[in-house]
Amino acid sequence: MLIFKRMLLVFGALFSFAAAGSAFAADGQPSPWQLGFQKAATPIMEQITSFHTFVTVIIVVIALFVLALLVYVMVRFNENSHPLPSRTAHNTPLEIAWTVVPILILVAIAIPSFRLLFAQYDMPSPDLTITATGSQWYWTYEYPDHGITFDSLMVQEADLKEGQPRLLTVDREVVVPVNKNVQVGVKANDVIHDWAVPSFGIKLDAVPGRLQSTWFRAERTGVFHGQCSELCGRNHAFMPITVRVVTDEEFAAWLEKTKAAANDTGDTSKLAAAGKQN
Amino acid sequence: MAYGAQAHADAHHNDHPTGWRRWVYSTNHKDIGTMYLIFAIVAGTIGGVLSIAMRLELMNPGMQIFGDAELFNVFVAAHGLIMVFFMVMPAMIGGFGNWMVPLMIGAPDMAFPRMNNVSFWLLPASFALLLMSLFMPGAPGSRGVGAGWTLYAPLTTKGTPGIAMDFAILSLHLAGASSILGAINFITTIFNMRAPGMTLHKMPLFAWSILVTAFLLLLSLPVLAGAITMLLTDRNFGTAFFDSAHGGDPLLWQHLFWFFGHPEVYILILPGFGMVSHIVSTFSRKPVFGYLGMAYAMVAIGVIGFVVWAHHMYAAGISVNTQAYFVFATMVIAVPTGVKVFSWIATMWGGSLSLRAPMLWALGFIFLFTVGGVTGVVLANAGVDRSMHDTYYVVAHFHYVLSLGAVFSIFGGWYYWFPKMTGYMYSEFTAKLHFWLMFIGANITFFPMHFLGLAGMPRRIADYPDAYAGWNMVASVGSYMAFAGMIVFLFGIAQAFTRKLHAPANPWGAGATTLEWTLSSPPPFHSYETLPRIK
Repeated sequence: MLIFKRMLLVFGALFSFAAAGSAFAADGQPSPWQLGFQKAATPIMEQITSFHTFVTVIIVVIALFVLALLVYVMVRFNENSHPLPSRTAHNTPLEIAWTVVPILILVAIAIPSFRLLFAQYDMPSPDLTITATGSQWYWTYEYPDHGITFDSLMVQEADLKEGQPRLLTVDREVVVPVNKNVQVGVKANDVIHDWAVPSFGIKLDAVPGRLQSTWFRAERTGVFHGQCSELCGRNHAFMPITVRVVTDEEFAAWLEKTKAAANDTGDTSKLAAAGKQN
Repeated sequence: MAYGAQAHADAHHNDHPTGWRRWVYSTNHKDIGTMYLIFAIVAGTIGGVLSIAMRLELMNPGMQIFGDAELFNVFVAAHGLIMVFFMVMPAMIGGFGNWMVPLMIGAPDMAFPRMNNVSFWLLPASFALLLMSLFMPGAPGSRGVGAGWTLYAPLTTKGTPGIAMDFAILSLHLAGASSILGAINFITTIFNMRAPGMTLHKMPLFAWSILVTAFLLLLSLPVLAGAITMLLTDRNFGTAFFDSAHGGDPLLWQHLFWFFGHPEVYILILPGFGMVSHIVSTFSRKPVFGYLGMAYAMVAIGVIGFVVWAHHMYAAGISVNTQAYFVFATMVIAVPTGVKVFSWIATMWGGSLSLRAPMLWALGFIFLFTVGGVTGVVLANAGVDRSMHDTYYVVAHFHYVLSLGAVFSIFGGWYYWFPKMTGYMYSEFTAKLHFWLMFIGANITFFPMHFLGLAGMPRRIADYPDAYAGWNMVASVGSYMAFAGMIVFLFGIAQAFTRKLHAPANPWGAGATTLEWTLSSPPPFHSYETLPRIK
């Protein structure tokens, strides 16, 4: 028994270590041996996380309950200990119970579930609109109100700088201000891609011929990574999404610098786009 | 009777053909069932090898054994298609269904024996087309279809211009035709050829499960056939069903595919429900608890299974109200599924359990199917699926219900009916070693995938960010263990056939009450000379 208790202690310690490990790890990307979601950076992801915790507790209890029943019947009704089987094949109250109780559990899950679902689509009026266009195999971002357009490609392993995660780093990040509602229009040029950022709790298919939109409100600054989440061909694994959330001042400075750079390079298409907006 | 002599000659000829004619021209449900089982073992081994190759690649971050990520995608697609269409379906429906449904309902054979032959022989042709597609030009600069088993347009139209995709489409056409013919055969047989006195409400649950499955096949496969025909004409004849630039819609493919695809996953599991019911009842020496509830729970699962398809599309951009409906409908399925799980436990309750190999597989099935089922309840919620869609959480979920659910029930049925089908007893030790290797190995493989999925790892990627390395290493090691189990399985077959330990008509004792145990092991070539009568 003592050994058993010690094992429990060790497992408990390991588990909390792994869980804590994810809490202290780099923000906006996965960390080794992580067990749960990435840390939420938007209110929606916080809701998703707490709903998921709620449902996970329920399903773990159900799974353990079934496991306990199975172990019990294997021991208690083993042919060695219970040689004479009963002939019971009906028990109406029991059958009603195991139909009605699951319904009640499902109702308990459904209420917060619908609340979460409708919250995700309760899009506030946007402070900034960007579009993300998927192509094989990179994303193109556009700030239609600021006349900025750029492609965002994955940085190859050889070109990574210190601290940049492999397969998650892009050459040009999406930059957005903190605590602002950002609407993301998502579309695709060739096949279906999917624009997803785990710590924002958003994932939306980029479907050719459609403009679909989602939104997020990042509540802290930092760099947040995601990956294309719909199989799109050879380099599906190699078209990451990186969003840099900055303060308002930094965002304004970035806008200026980016517009100036576009002007300097004499990129006429980008100038034209900028002109249209003004 | 002018044709009397001819009829006599035919009767004699059909009595017991030998040599290659017995198999190639076979109209005997048991021989056809055997061929289906052998086919499923061969295809399953190929599909298993593909999955081991994928786990080898994913064991460490970086590209190791696949030079080209597209080749990895081809393996993903081929693994899925092979396991669904050429392993689970042939084993459950073609194999055990053909073997056991006529025996269980006391019928001399299937209703349309020659159609049964066509059903089977379409399948090797179909499989050959799929295997050939692996070597045909696919996406630009590569070979094979790398679009997953879901074959989403436009990745399968513009994205895969090569002829490999057309081979895969024609392969699915043949496999679908084979299954539709099989479904017609089962429905006709079960409705019309039950032994005198066997009402539908006295029919064994495995026959019930095949009946429901056959209806799902009959109603869903034509939709797939239509969809892949549209894909074929989009690719080759200038139509634009799935091309948004010319009035089509990529989401039309997803609706059509999943209208087939969701019933399909119940097709893969329902016969397993039937087999597990018999195994649990036999080795508890108790009748099935709540027989009618069990039968109608399968009917309910089959019916509701047709109205939940878009829960695969929560991230596709369908409207919030549509998502809300599919959340609701999907959660409803948990109720009949719960009825089944609790009824199995109630069947064992008060019984006298003999933990023989088939029972171990059935117990493993019940628990692991429950685990896969409850993660399905999580995924049903569109709000949280936003974070899980297309991640390894989904991979974990569907491998728990299929690789650990459907496959465990197939192995349970295999050991349960092996003595009946071959006339030889399997080695209990080998069978149990097989079970434990698969049980532990598959859990080590798939359980960590829940963590990977929650952490955000997308599915169908050939290489992953380094943070995912730990659990991927664990999963790969588990898969090698499960594969060792597969080798033990194949060894066990060879062992049984060399030991030649003859099986009695009923090796399981008083718990085995269905009609197949009244026949010798193996049953005579023509099962019932006089029809059994059910009181």
